[in-house]
Amino acid sequence: MRYLPLTDSDRQAMLATIGAGSIDDLFVDVPAEARLSGPIAGLAPHASELAVERHMSKLARRNLSAGEAPFFLGCGAYKHHVPASVDHLIQRGEFLTSYTPYQPEIAQGTLQALFEFQTQVARLFGCDVANASMYDGSTACWEAITMARRVTKRAKAILSAGLHPHYVSLAKTMARFTGDQLDSAAPSLTPGAPGDDMARLLDAIDGETSCVVVQNPNILGHVADLSELAARCHEKGALLIAVVTEPVALGAVRSPGEMGADIVVGEGQSIGVGLNFGGPYVGLFACAEKYVRQMPGRLAGVTTDADGQRGFVLTLSTREQHIRREKATSNICTNAGLCALAFSIHLTLLGETGLRRLATLNHANAVAAADRLAKLPGVELLNTAFFNEFTLKLPVEARPVVRSLADKGILGGVSLGRLYPGEPTLANGLVVAVTETVTGEDVEALAQALEAEIAA
Amino acid sequence: MTTYYTEDHEWISVEGGTATVGITDYAQAQLGDIVFVELPATGANVAKGGEAAVVESVKAASDVFAPVTGTVSEANAALEADPALVNSAPEGEGWFFKLALADPSELEGLMDAAAYKAFCDGL
Repeated sequence: MRYLPLTDSDRQAMLATIGAGSIDDLFVDVPAEARLSGPIAGLAPHASELAVERHMSKLARRNLSAGEAPFFLGCGAYKHHVPASVDHLIQRGEFLTSYTPYQPEIAQGTLQALFEFQTQVARLFGCDVANASMYDGSTACWEAITMARRVTKRAKAILSAGLHPHYVSLAKTMARFTGDQLDSAAPSLTPGAPGDDMARLLDAIDGETSCVVVQNPNILGHVADLSELAARCHEKGALLIAVVTEPVALGAVRSPGEMGADIVVGEGQSIGVGLNFGGPYVGLFACAEKYVRQMPGRLAGVTTDADGQRGFVLTLSTREQHIRREKATSNICTNAGLCALAFSIHLTLLGETGLRRLATLNHANAVAAADRLAKLPGVELLNTAFFNEFTLKLPVEARPVVRSLADKGILGGVSLGRLYPGEPTLANGLVVAVTETVTGEDVEALAQALEAEIAA
Repeated sequence: MTTYYTEDHEWISVEGGTATVGITDYAQAQLGDIVFVELPATGANVAKGGEAAVVESVKAASDVFAPVTGTVSEANAALEADPALVNSAPEGEGWFFKLALADPSELEGLMDAAAYKAFCDGL
């Protein structure tokens, strides 16, 4: 079966109608060297749907999927239970096929969903206002840095050592083109507060600093109070940007907004969105109201129409590139609408009490796992304050250990050798995430396998 | 006090060495309901024809250019709370900023009220 439903005579009829003799005539304005002639090198010939399905299933069987193994991977993407109703609801045609809601008169449902999402994100982050989502957490983080540049008219950002290294690397890539100065550092395996560099940050803020970017809980799981850092930033005329990669933590930890952060960004994948092999995810972006005009992305607002009826609209759109491209706050006009909807539905199903219970359950599971793993000979638990993720220091390099555990059917954590390939001092670090999906048996399986691996 | 006009629809009223700048009635009518005005900081130096402020309406955003070169001595704080003043009194309470002129001869190339009216009629 071919997947192209047109016959040769269909094509000829269409070409004749528009006065082109052949397909090549139709594409005459495309330079010859850019046109494909013959099959694509290295691409297998077309096959039947059944054959493709079999081939893909065979490939899929080589994966050890998150759902079929004790699973302890985190570091910015978390395995939580997403109720089946979320997936069902987001697949309704009204949501799944909706287009950008620029025409409020036909997009009230989509706009209201975005408005509810924004309300949830703003409340979760402790901020006045949130946008309708960004591409993902790392891009939201960069957008926050550029927003701080617009607000403060300064171009030096200080990145905490506890910020996810992929977020740092994305910022560095972008800064190559924008000229922003980034002051970053690798984390250290400090017992008690791994990845925490509060002293460095407090010391580095000066009159040139546009912002300080700090992640909480940080990449190594440490949870900190950001109040003093916020006060120091404000004293020097800089903004504090807080990054949250595990929003479930906010069911238990004080929000960055409450601690004085001016902009709070993060990754919303934890709530409503599955791991999805790493994407699509959903970037979260919130800030204080006084900065709203410098905020990137779409913003749904509520208003009243000529008859006094409540209505939802996209608002403050002059920030966006379809109005004044050269003055737009961002060239990202993506929002992750469907993932944002999933986030919103899941959070609605949980409610405030449910989120608190979910957070408590995560924390309790993580504490139990940390206690058990810290008892292993030669293994040191570095964190004293964490939410659902902590760092162990192994007596051996962690990366090969993780690989061997995977061969034994246990996805045992993220090795710092993988996250920081150029930092030998971190090579023995292993970050272990423990969500509500982890059972006591899972922890026991990890503990025993890890002990055997270290002894080997 | 003499008022001059630019082809970008700014007005500038000069008294002694100080000038007040805003946008014209024609400009506010074209923009529609104005919801936000971004003004230059006091002490900022603006150049003739350079961007000095931004005016946003419900559907558009426009740059406001400095009619002449100078140093900003005051920005109209009232516009922050009530940007609609630009619609209701564009050449009065809806002024944008005041300037200390760097070179009064720059005014010579601008239009007077009659010339500006003729200019708008031709648009």
